[in-house]
Amino acid sequence: MMTDTTNLTIAGARDALRRGDLTSAELTQTYLTAIDAADALNAFVHKTPEIAKSQAEAADQRLKAGNAPDLCGIPLGIKDLFCTKGVPSQAASRILEGFLPEYESTVTTQLFDAGAVMLGKLNMDEFAMGSSNETSVYGDAVNPWRVDDRKLTPGGSSGGSAAAVAAGLCLGATGTDTGGSIRQPAAFTGITGIKPTYGRVSRWGVVAFASSLDQAGPMTRDVRDAAIMLRAMSGFDPKDSTSADLPVPDFEAALTGDIRGKVIGIPREYRMDGMPAEIGKLWDDGTAMLRDAGAEIRDISLPHTQYALPAYYVIAPAEASSNLARYDGVRFGHRATLAPGDGITEMYEKTRAEGFGAEVQRRIMVGTYVLSAGFYDAYYNRARRVRALIKRDFDTVFADGVDAILTPATPSAAFGLGEMADADPIKMYLNDVFTVTVNLAGLPGISVPAGLDAQGLPLGLQLIGRPWEEGDLLNVAYSLERAAGFVAKPDRWW
Amino acid sequence: MAIDTETARRVAKLARIRVEDDALPALAAEFSAILGFIEQLNAVDVDGVEPMTSVTPQRLFRRDDVVTDGDRQAAVLANAPDAREGFFAVPKVVE
Repeated sequence: MMTDTTNLTIAGARDALRRGDLTSAELTQTYLTAIDAADALNAFVHKTPEIAKSQAEAADQRLKAGNAPDLCGIPLGIKDLFCTKGVPSQAASRILEGFLPEYESTVTTQLFDAGAVMLGKLNMDEFAMGSSNETSVYGDAVNPWRVDDRKLTPGGSSGGSAAAVAAGLCLGATGTDTGGSIRQPAAFTGITGIKPTYGRVSRWGVVAFASSLDQAGPMTRDVRDAAIMLRAMSGFDPKDSTSADLPVPDFEAALTGDIRGKVIGIPREYRMDGMPAEIGKLWDDGTAMLRDAGAEIRDISLPHTQYALPAYYVIAPAEASSNLARYDGVRFGHRATLAPGDGITEMYEKTRAEGFGAEVQRRIMVGTYVLSAGFYDAYYNRARRVRALIKRDFDTVFADGVDAILTPATPSAAFGLGEMADADPIKMYLNDVFTVTVNLAGLPGISVPAGLDAQGLPLGLQLIGRPWEEGDLLNVAYSLERAAGFVAKPDRWW
Repeated sequence: MAIDTETARRVAKLARIRVEDDALPALAAEFSAILGFIEQLNAVDVDGVEPMTSVTPQRLFRRDDVVTDGDRQAAVLANAPDAREGFFAVPKVVE
């Protein structure tokens, strides 16, 4: 039986599997075929058809027995940042070439325990450092959306996850978000992506970039699927000391669509100078939709917004320089070929020069500099003070009764691959201008597709919620999704 | 703040990343641009603000101080570029 994968959702497939209208084996085969026909997108970089087929078979047994969990038999893609036992997990870096984890990340363990099927590993920016998926050792992932002959970026760092979901190569995918790496690619590809509250999802077994900012989350076709998948990924994990020991609600049950009386904040500092008119209009339209749904719209101020990006570009590289010190050519991954007489320092230096790409090297060195003697206080401690003020901005508006905050997700639609090659790094960093505050404050944030730009490319709106209230946030997103009625799909060219 | 090539060389050394001499000027220019961007932070009044250590107010989870794992030498060494006789092998460290 042929299924049109581009219109299927996790919720729809779950219901069909439970009814016995299709089997996970059939569904999985359909996706494996779709993946093999989509190599031009370079989304799946390690395919795992054997694992998928055996997981699908086991899922079908469980479904027959009844009471199977929501994700039982659902084919997913896994970002290359997640360690998967015996399956390449390279963080899209040359330095982890050949690395086969001896263990399974907590997130993938939970997904597999729930019966999910892994189709393969997904492309990304190297060590999740990038906003265009152009820093990957596997080469660029390509956006299924296009308007002319140019190949467009799916965004980054979870670019492979976004491209795969948008192209119907899997029903959902895991992503990770340190400064916008779930929400920006979701916006660029017309899908939904949520970064949960810091501590909601275990980071154990996820290759670390900036430990105080990193959170994993789902990337899906719609808000309901995000709710279903987030529930399966969430929960306390004794192996992650920052994981929160809080109950995980049934997020799907929170989707009533009723947001009457909710207070939605519109932060004036997000109306940046030079904001494209169509981004401003999309934001105004989204505001009107929430008002029409019965929400109270309130102008708010988050006064330290403009300092979020510079604070991020101190804190994230500082943490990265520490986290990435482990790639030394000793315990795993690549080791450079040494010349006669080379000692251990040459081994470290040559291994890291060969193994890390340019952007990763740049961030490690910036991090090393801001942490070095004499600069630690001026850069790193100052950035952490500014971070405290950014969080205080959000605490204040939430204490004043705001339930959720609406902003654009990105400053533009997807751009062409290679178009930013000669731009200075800061121009690329501006992609995260609307998303990075959320990581600094540890809050949940979701990107919902809300319209098309003049060229016909998807644009997203971001909703930011109170800590630990992903259910409420998803419900506001659900209301926005229903009002926006975004149904456009990329024409298949691959 | 402008970063000179000597500073770039020192940072590369601290980060244990080999950078060839002819690449240092471009690297220094990139550092200068990024640090220039970061210097906006000097405009913020941070008097009396403590540096953030944890984004959520919770205490870090602590487990009981007991052995929960171990005896997995083969798994630990399985991904090593060079492992011999149960050890990670590296070039000579001490002359």
